[in-house]
Amino acid sequence: MRSFTYQRAHSPEEAAAAVERVQGAKFIAGGTNLLDLMKLQIETPAHLVDVNDLGLDKIEPTPEGGLRIGALVRNTDLAADARVRRDYGVLTRALVAGASPQLRNQATTAGNLLQRTRCPYFYDTNMPCNKRRPGSGCSAQGGFTRHHAIVGTSEACIATHPSDMAVAMRVLDAKVETLRSSGARRTIPIADFHRLPGNTPHVENALESGELITAVTLPVPPGGRHFYRKVRDRASYAFALVSVAAIVQPDGSGHVALGGVAHRPWRMEAAESEMRQGAKSVAAVLLAEARTTQHNAFKVPLVERTLASVFAEAKG
Amino acid sequence: MTEFDPARRRLLKAGAAAGAVVATSALAEAKAPAGGDTAAQAQHAAPPSVDVLLQVNGSEHRILVDPRITLLDALRERLRLTGPKKGCDQGQCGACTVIVDGRRILSCLTLAVMQEGRRITTIEGLGTPASLHPMQSAFIRYDGFQCGFCTPGQICSAVAMLEEVKAGIPSHVTADLTVGPKPTDVELRERMSGNICRCGAYSNIQEAIAEAAGVRQ
Repeated sequence: MRSFTYQRAHSPEEAAAAVERVQGAKFIAGGTNLLDLMKLQIETPAHLVDVNDLGLDKIEPTPEGGLRIGALVRNTDLAADARVRRDYGVLTRALVAGASPQLRNQATTAGNLLQRTRCPYFYDTNMPCNKRRPGSGCSAQGGFTRHHAIVGTSEACIATHPSDMAVAMRVLDAKVETLRSSGARRTIPIADFHRLPGNTPHVENALESGELITAVTLPVPPGGRHFYRKVRDRASYAFALVSVAAIVQPDGSGHVALGGVAHRPWRMEAAESEMRQGAKSVAAVLLAEARTTQHNAFKVPLVERTLASVFAEAKG
Repeated sequence: MTEFDPARRRLLKAGAAAGAVVATSALAEAKAPAGGDTAAQAQHAAPPSVDVLLQVNGSEHRILVDPRITLLDALRERLRLTGPKKGCDQGQCGACTVIVDGRRILSCLTLAVMQEGRRITTIEGLGTPASLHPMQSAFIRYDGFQCGFCTPGQICSAVAMLEEVKAGIPSHVTADLTVGPKPTDVELRERMSGNICRCGAYSNIQEAIAEAAGVRQ
């Protein structure tokens, strides 16, 4: 690990200003992804600002009838919250499908959104990677790509976003609240938060330097039946090959988003108007632009079948 | 080369005196390029040590640490609590599991400086050879191990896991999210999936935990 200096911040304003002031500074919360990457020298922050004492660890009702989830609410606590279990079941289901219990006890809501890809070529510092070293090339293309993206990819990058929670946040139309080092606050719809790789796969989200996530808000409970179906190589503690987050209303309408197939949670509102036509129609819209490799072409039928399984359960 | 490289000498001294942690940072120093940009060089220099007060197994320990030291390395190398094991050191095996403020976490994926003021329990704080924790007794009774390397992590994890079930925290296999989970076999297995046993002693680990949970006599 490269050396760094460390400070514990006591207010969001202090934290945002500290990261903006020191070049190469980063926030640290749960640390489960950042420290792993620091050990491999993929992340080499010169200064760490510990945000665990900012008091952003509460889940509160919003005036509109939704929930405001503090950035530091641990994944376990978010999954276990009675209001989340009752009204936003897709979120609890997605959270408990991710990582291990120990990691969920450490990992935070904001940190989960900011996870970096698990592409093995991103992790292997001996290999070119446009995300790790912009302009160096993409080793995944032409490599082993079973876990890689099939939609929204670019010549520069075919990595996936690893989060389960983010897929549920996307289907729930969550919003990300932030504080900039200037003191200005803004709200970013989750649809605009994660970026597609394009020519700049190292730029993964809409945050600016020193911008701190303070909360994630959920709108009024959407009703309907909630599903998070994750297909992976073992029964537990593995990243998704494909996942489906779905909210299905009694009349068969609803919302769906996919995980494991793109650089961000994959949702297309146009696909949702096909929900009453069935999984084949929905998958056809979601994956119309799919570009697969010989290793990950299986994800196309797997998406359709996983959607079919969820829709069948929703009817039953 | 006639003169012994001083960085190399420091490495040997550090290795002999204090073990792997110090040796690793000295190695990073020895590898630092002679030229190159100053920011990179500054990052190879030892950072100022940080004073941290750790509360472990009911005792307080004030130690000076390099900010890079993980909680796991601080416990093992500085406090000589070698119960928590360094298996993968990247959050995949669970051998380093300790209990912090009542919650099981991976001590390899948190920094010692981040744990000031929190109550840390390692396997050494759960029981002693003369007075075993019920979970330790159950592991012995059911032979819940072969080589034993993953065992401290398994036991810390299992003890905290049963508290999570009692607190109503759901898991991936909890069928109904609106009622409290029960410590069934399928729940216990899912909830212990963060602890890997390379010997494959899972069936006996499962039996031991089921007995400690009161679902098996």
